Amino acid sequence: MKTILNEQQLAIIIRRLSHQVLENNINLDNTVFIGIQPRGIFVSDQMIQVIRQLVSPEKVQYGKLDITFYRDDVRNQIHVPNQTDIPFSIEGKNVVLIDDVLYTGRTIRAALDALLDFGRPAKVELCVLIDRRFSRELPIQPDYTGRSIDSIISQKVKVFWKERDGKEEVVLL
Amino acid sequence: MQLSVKHLLGIRDLTRQDIQIILDTATQFKEVLQRPIKKVPSLRDVTIVNLFFENSTRTRISFELAEKRLSADSINFTASASSVSKGETLLDTVNNILSMKVDMVVMRHSASGAPHFLAKHIPAAIVNAGDGINEHPTQGLLDAFSMREKLGRLEGLKVAIIGDIMHSRVAMSNIYLLKKMGAEVMVAGPPTLIPKYIQEAFDIRVEYNLKKALQWCDVANVLRIQLERQNQVLFSSLREYSLAYGINKRLLDSLDKKIVIMHPGPINRGVELDSDAADSAQSIILNQVENGVAVRMAALYLLSGGREMTN
Repeated sequence: MKTILNEQQLAIIIRRLSHQVLENNINLDNTVFIGIQPRGIFVSDQMIQVIRQLVSPEKVQYGKLDITFYRDDVRNQIHVPNQTDIPFSIEGKNVVLIDDVLYTGRTIRAALDALLDFGRPAKVELCVLIDRRFSRELPIQPDYTGRSIDSIISQKVKVFWKERDGKEEVVLL
Repeated sequence: MQLSVKHLLGIRDLTRQDIQIILDTATQFKEVLQRPIKKVPSLRDVTIVNLFFENSTRTRISFELAEKRLSADSINFTASASSVSKGETLLDTVNNILSMKVDMVVMRHSASGAPHFLAKHIPAAIVNAGDGINEHPTQGLLDAFSMREKLGRLEGLKVAIIGDIMHSRVAMSNIYLLKKMGAEVMVAGPPTLIPKYIQEAFDIRVEYNLKKALQWCDVANVLRIQLERQNQVLFSSLREYSLAYGINKRLLDSLDKKIVIMHPGPINRGVELDSDAADSAQSIILNQVENGVAVRMAALYLLSGGREMTN
């Protein structure tokens, strides 16, 4: 087990990602943030906290998206869904999708499909905490990356969060 | 997490965890139904046949809609317009349909146990949409879903099931489900419509006085008098039944609390339920119908698992 990011590094990266997203979406009137269930929302929750401190909090529109019903492995295994909560329209908006680990790209493929059922966004950007590059199975790349890592398929990246696991770090197993 | 069963034949066969999974999944499907595009691609490769050997409006439309919202292909079958009237057996009918590559069967039949019989003989997953006087599991689930949605819990909830308990598959599914989820259950109605020994068999309360039953409960699930299943006189007239067991606004207002009124439909207005009660703010009858689609989507989705693509 190798620690990739400790608690302090994680906090700095989340702060940086928030600033980067804001830099490109300075007028939040047309931007919405959507965290991907179940684990992406730990990243998005923290980013939204940072962003709300930087701009007027009521301008920040934040939702959560579950992709269970859009998975491409539904034939092999049935997964129990998590909550989706998008209390605003995404029609014509810039959507910033937020997830924890980008690996094969299949989750994001499903998320894009799911998103389109809520309307037609003007643009979709992808923000991930960890990018496991060279392990993609679909042509999907992030716009904002916390940390890129090289890993082999047999390895696992695990992100721990204080609220759920009692500690905050990213490790390679 | 997966269901412990391959078919949904009755609530009787489900574990508490199964029920929990179905209700939680239904909550997410209910959100899907609020979206601009009310459809998910999960069952795109699944074909479902709706076999209705008995009349139905709500349940059939609800299942059909649930299947379409899941992107499944569905075909409808009504017994009156089929070869059943030419003498074909149930198993032959179903096997013929399955040979056309159908994956799931939703069936309503007037014989109790018909879906259980099919489950033993065919490979497809079966969802019971009501069998005789045995069970109507998706109705039980949507009733529980609606109660949980309205009152926030099932555990400790006091539910009175009122009316024709004897001939009601809805009552059976409700009793099994509510007992498994830790609710308190009472059945109420005239003694001739309440089976003997039901109190001992299910560990539930029995009450013959309507006012006392309403006074006790948080939720009253009112059932229809199933005249089509009664082959003897069990009460003297509908008017007398209505006088003793009909629920109206005046009766509801005379209670010292506001109870929730439910009915699985179709309502015989003026018999078990008066219009002023059925259409009141205390009634969640139309919510039940709305929730039916989400609950049936959950059941179909969860039962569709393990269908690997083979070459």
